[in-house]
Amino acid sequence: MSDSASVLPEHPPVTDWVHDFDHTDPRWTENPFPIWDELRAECPVVHTKRFLGVYLPTTYQAVKEIAYDTEHFSSRRVIVRDERPEVMKNAAPPITSDPPEHKPAKQLLLPPFTPDAMKKLEPRVRAICNELIDEFIADGKCDAAARYTKHVPVRAIAHMLGIPENDGELFIRWIHQILELGIKDESMLKQAVQEMSGYFAGHIEARKQRPTDDLISTLMNAKDRDGQPLPDTHVLGSLRLLLIAGIDTTWSAIGSSLWHLAKTPADRDRLIAEPELMPSAVEELLRAYSPVTMAREVIKETVISGCPVKPGNMVLLSFPAANRDPAMFPDADKVVIDRKENRHAAFGLGIHRCVGSNLARMEMTVAIEEWLKRIPDFRLDPAGQVTWSEGTVRGPRQLPMLFGKAG
Amino acid sequence: MSKSPGLRLRVDQQKCQGHARCKSLAPELFELDEYGNAHEIGDGSVPAGLEDKAWLAQANCPEIAIEVTEE
Repeated sequence: MSDSASVLPEHPPVTDWVHDFDHTDPRWTENPFPIWDELRAECPVVHTKRFLGVYLPTTYQAVKEIAYDTEHFSSRRVIVRDERPEVMKNAAPPITSDPPEHKPAKQLLLPPFTPDAMKKLEPRVRAICNELIDEFIADGKCDAAARYTKHVPVRAIAHMLGIPENDGELFIRWIHQILELGIKDESMLKQAVQEMSGYFAGHIEARKQRPTDDLISTLMNAKDRDGQPLPDTHVLGSLRLLLIAGIDTTWSAIGSSLWHLAKTPADRDRLIAEPELMPSAVEELLRAYSPVTMAREVIKETVISGCPVKPGNMVLLSFPAANRDPAMFPDADKVVIDRKENRHAAFGLGIHRCVGSNLARMEMTVAIEEWLKRIPDFRLDPAGQVTWSEGTVRGPRQLPMLFGKAG
Repeated sequence: MSKSPGLRLRVDQQKCQGHARCKSLAPELFELDEYGNAHEIGDGSVPAGLEDKAWLAQANCPEIAIEVTEE
């Protein structure tokens, strides 16, 4: 995804972050943290006229107020883009659902993603990680984003859905087209959604003939509140969601974690010496490098943290910025892998808490553990360049690493 | 030495969104239902020796859904 900046239509460069921010500006993509600090020092909610009008809550408190407020903020649009095309019914339920439709749609998806369900999937994910490492460890180096972090969530979600793990490259292309290129290119987005829908429609049809024991069949067999089977459009929408939300996000979280560990031998050595720190380390890496910024649409005028908010605008619900708020987290800009109190919002707050959070945590834990077992010493390759994805999900898309001790 | 007061905890079902941080930090004190939402085990009394875990779970709940009271 390193090519995204060069193929997207240009936005004018930002000269005034406080009144004219742009979350697709290359400086934001590269290093958003000082920008968020500047905005937060100015106001809990800032506004830009770009993207037809967007607010950005900059504090944990403001993000939380919006996340809990489904009366004034709708999830019918969850990506901030150059255009506001018509809202699609059953776009990707439940992430695009508001109450009262949200709860029944979400409850269908929750049981397959509990921590216990993830424990059953864990051995397969551990095997996936080792299969991937086998492919490059002898080279003494690799692009960890292209060869490792990308494939772990793709193969895991394919395994859960019951579709071929080898179709991963297709999924990755669609996600790139939807989440990155689609921000500024409507036709690209439509084409990707259409291809993805066609792909899943085929798998749904096949299961009508021969039911299987996987997540697609689970959704097809699910009943709504009135005991009726879900319409195919709902099943398709939820499958789109699982693929889109299940891949880029965890790819990013694993990538940022390895990026941090490559630059921070002390944390790496401590995790190897004290593996019991892994759970708190994973939470801290999720806090410090939260990948996902969701969006809301303002549907009724209100006031957030003292700032008036008007309908017609979108909101970039920056959980990553909230997680760097020093009013909430002491030493917010430091990664403290044994941080004791960590109410981070990487998976959202309120009713839209990420349905795959237990999957993401398990994948991160396993991917970091297996990497550290096989490759305890590694560093960023000075001959290469780290690049970051733009837009809704932030993580390394090129992550060149050298293995072994330096020198 | 006087006996320290016992703790009791309760998960507010209106607030819990199933982050499952409590279950991860204090599996002795919380259980999850089929949707992954957390509930205190039994009547929520915290056995002696698990007080720190109760406070830790409370301090890490993103939804502030866990109440700990001293009895």
